[in-house]
Amino acid sequence: MIEGKRQQDMETSRYTGLQRKIILLTLLVSLAPLIVLGATIYYQFAGMYRAKITQQITYRSRGLAQAVELFLKERTAILCSMADTHHFNEMIDEANLSRIFEIMNSRAGAFVDLGVIDGNGRHLAYIGPYDLKGLNYYQQPWFGEVMAKGVYISDVYMGYRRLPHFIIAVRRQEKSHSWILRATIDSGVFEGIVKAAQVGKTGDAFIVNKSGVYQTQPRFEGRILTKSKLETSSFGGGTTGVEKKNSEEKQILFAGTWINHGKWLVVIRQGVTEEMTGLFSTRNMEIAIVLSGILAIILMTVFTTRMTISRLRAADVKAGEMNAQLMQSDKLAALGKMAAGIAHEINNPLQVIVEKTGWMQDLLNEEELQQSKNIDEFRTSINKIEEHVERARKVVHGMLGFARKMEPHMEDVDINAVINQTIDLLGNYARINNITITSELSPDVPIIAADGAQLQQVFMNLVSNAIDAIGKDGRIDIKSRRMGPQIHIEVSDNGPGIPEEKQKRIFDPFFTTKETGKGTGLGLWVTHNIVEKMGGAVNMRSEEGKGTTFTVRIPIVIPEKK
Amino acid sequence: MDTMHYFRVLVVDDEKDFLETIVKRLDKRGIGTEGALNGEKALELMREKRFDVVLLDIKMPGGMDGIETLREMKKIAPLTEVILLTGHASVESSIEGMKLGAFDYLLKPVKLEDLVTKLAQAFEKKEGQDQKIRSAKIKELMRFPGRVFQQEKEEEK
Ligand SMILES: Nc1ncnc2c1ncn2[C@@H]1O[C@H](COP(=O)(O)OP(=O)(O)O)[C@@H](O)[C@H]1O
Ligand SMILES: [Mg+2]
Repeated sequence: MIEGKRQQDMETSRYTGLQRKIILLTLLVSLAPLIVLGATIYYQFAGMYRAKITQQITYRSRGLAQAVELFLKERTAILCSMADTHHFNEMIDEANLSRIFEIMNSRAGAFVDLGVIDGNGRHLAYIGPYDLKGLNYYQQPWFGEVMAKGVYISDVYMGYRRLPHFIIAVRRQEKSHSWILRATIDSGVFEGIVKAAQVGKTGDAFIVNKSGVYQTQPRFEGRILTKSKLETSSFGGGTTGVEKKNSEEKQILFAGTWINHGKWLVVIRQGVTEEMTGLFSTRNMEIAIVLSGILAIILMTVFTTRMTISRLRAADVKAGEMNAQLMQSDKLAALGKMAAGIAHEINNPLQVIVEKTGWMQDLLNEEELQQSKNIDEFRTSINKIEEHVERARKVVHGMLGFARKMEPHMEDVDINAVINQTIDLLGNYARINNITITSELSPDVPIIAADGAQLQQVFMNLVSNAIDAIGKDGRIDIKSRRMGPQIHIEVSDNGPGIPEEKQKRIFDPFFTTKETGKGTGLGLWVTHNIVEKMGGAVNMRSEEGKGTTFTVRIPIVIPEKK
Repeated sequence: MDTMHYFRVLVVDDEKDFLETIVKRLDKRGIGTEGALNGEKALELMREKRFDVVLLDIKMPGGMDGIETLREMKKIAPLTEVILLTGHASVESSIEGMKLGAFDYLLKPVKLEDLVTKLAQAFEKKEGQDQKIRSAKIKELMRFPGRVFQQEKEEEK
């Protein structure tokens, strides 16, 4: 029994192993491409999106740069044309200068003041809110630059009223001497242009100079005229996109364009998260689709594999049962042949013993021997010999009981009637032992062509075994019914049942658990052989402590019409 | 047994111990018995003497097979009843034996009482047959003397 259990466990683990293998393999084959595809799409999307965003902010940065550059050029152009169209003498006349200042502001605006400086750096005329007249700029670095290059645009600085300003200065060459027209520009106007480009929740636009100092007020982090964290050197000549991570580990994209002869960098800053929300929702959807695909595949795989395995297992069990049954039949047939051979070899010596003892008995009856004082001893011994020969004879004849009737005598048999006869025959014996025999015989059971005596023997064996098993007090149920091309007869008892380790052997000849002399162990063997010869089968189901049921299946053979 | 007529039995069996004893025991019971250890011997005896019943073991190793012996016996003495004795459940041989006209077959080991009963039954049957034939012969003889011989021959076939 332990053996059996171990084997069963092994079988179970074999099936679960197989199941695991199939599931893993199927999942590998079906999930790998899905995952690869999903990942590819995922990264492709991300790449595409990033490229698109980069391109977008690059455009924005270029557009802004153009607008700012245009603003600067416009102001520079106005200054230049004013300088070019007036003589130095006209310019230093402050009434004239004031008129020019008004014209300029009416044309373009944003000019805060206007001043004229001669070739030696002296501020000779000034129109504006500050008192700058008389200052000398000769030492200022921008003075040198404007004298050399003709145009100068300063970085933004905080003016006297704490407002950001910057200066544009142009040089006029008049015959032998040159002078400078200089204007302060309110960078508030200029800042307006930049601010207009600060879009969305995370979008920013600002200008920094070469060393990274803010020229306009940025939307986030930092103040105008303070140093930004931007590495200006990482921006190349054209418009370049740069990726950066800020403190919160969020990705931020920057695009910068150099303007003002490489002095200023117009920067567009964009947090990736915001711009990527589209991507993220697409991505999430893709992940959801892929995940639900994976889930569906896993579920289906597990489900179908389980089903397949359980079918396989059922088929295996069935095949195993059939094999066992075939083996059992083969074994019984071989044993039967052997038993018949042995019977012959035993019968002849038995016959000799019978004759010899008979002869001894004959002789004991003679006059002279009657006087022998041991005559009674002889008689008892001879009787005992005869008794035991009789016992041996019963065993051997029982064994041959089936073989002798191998050629069944066919007649019309009503199985229900045979069962009833059996109950009649054994009823008395059962009643004495307080065993109730009930029957439930279906009227659908047809008359068949069979050997009635053999069938009688079958039921006698089963019922008398049941009686023997119960011993005293119990019940036996006999049922018959038609099942398609077969008749099924069940004999159940509520006896002690048959222990599992004995179940396999009960059909073996000479297997008995009964006392010597009481059981021959041939009943079920003969039963099995008879039923098998008829093309049927006998099966047994038994549970220890509950009882035993024998089922006989007999094919319906319709009797020939006479 | 006293009521029984005296009749003659031939026992054929290769088991010497059995043969000797059964002959003695049947003799003791007033049945004139002879034994033969094999088929050839049996047929020889049957040609010499007349037996009413033959007890024939049909599974004798060596020599003539039981069934073959039976066939020959029926040729020699068609009216003699043959009881087959077998230690083997050789149904086929037994059935064949019955077809060939054996009276019955018995499975070894057989008790003497049962055997004697069977022998007596066989003898009675044979006697009945004899009686019928005898009266038929007488009738024939009375009607067509000279045809008796012919008829007898036909029966023997
Ligand atoms: N209905 C039954 N309940 C319990 N055990 C049974 C039953 N039928 C048969 N057996 C067991 O099977 C054994 C063999 O039965 P069988 O071949 O009829 O031989 P026997 O009855 O001579 O012992 C019995 O000895 C008994 O142990
Ligand atoms: Mg039994």
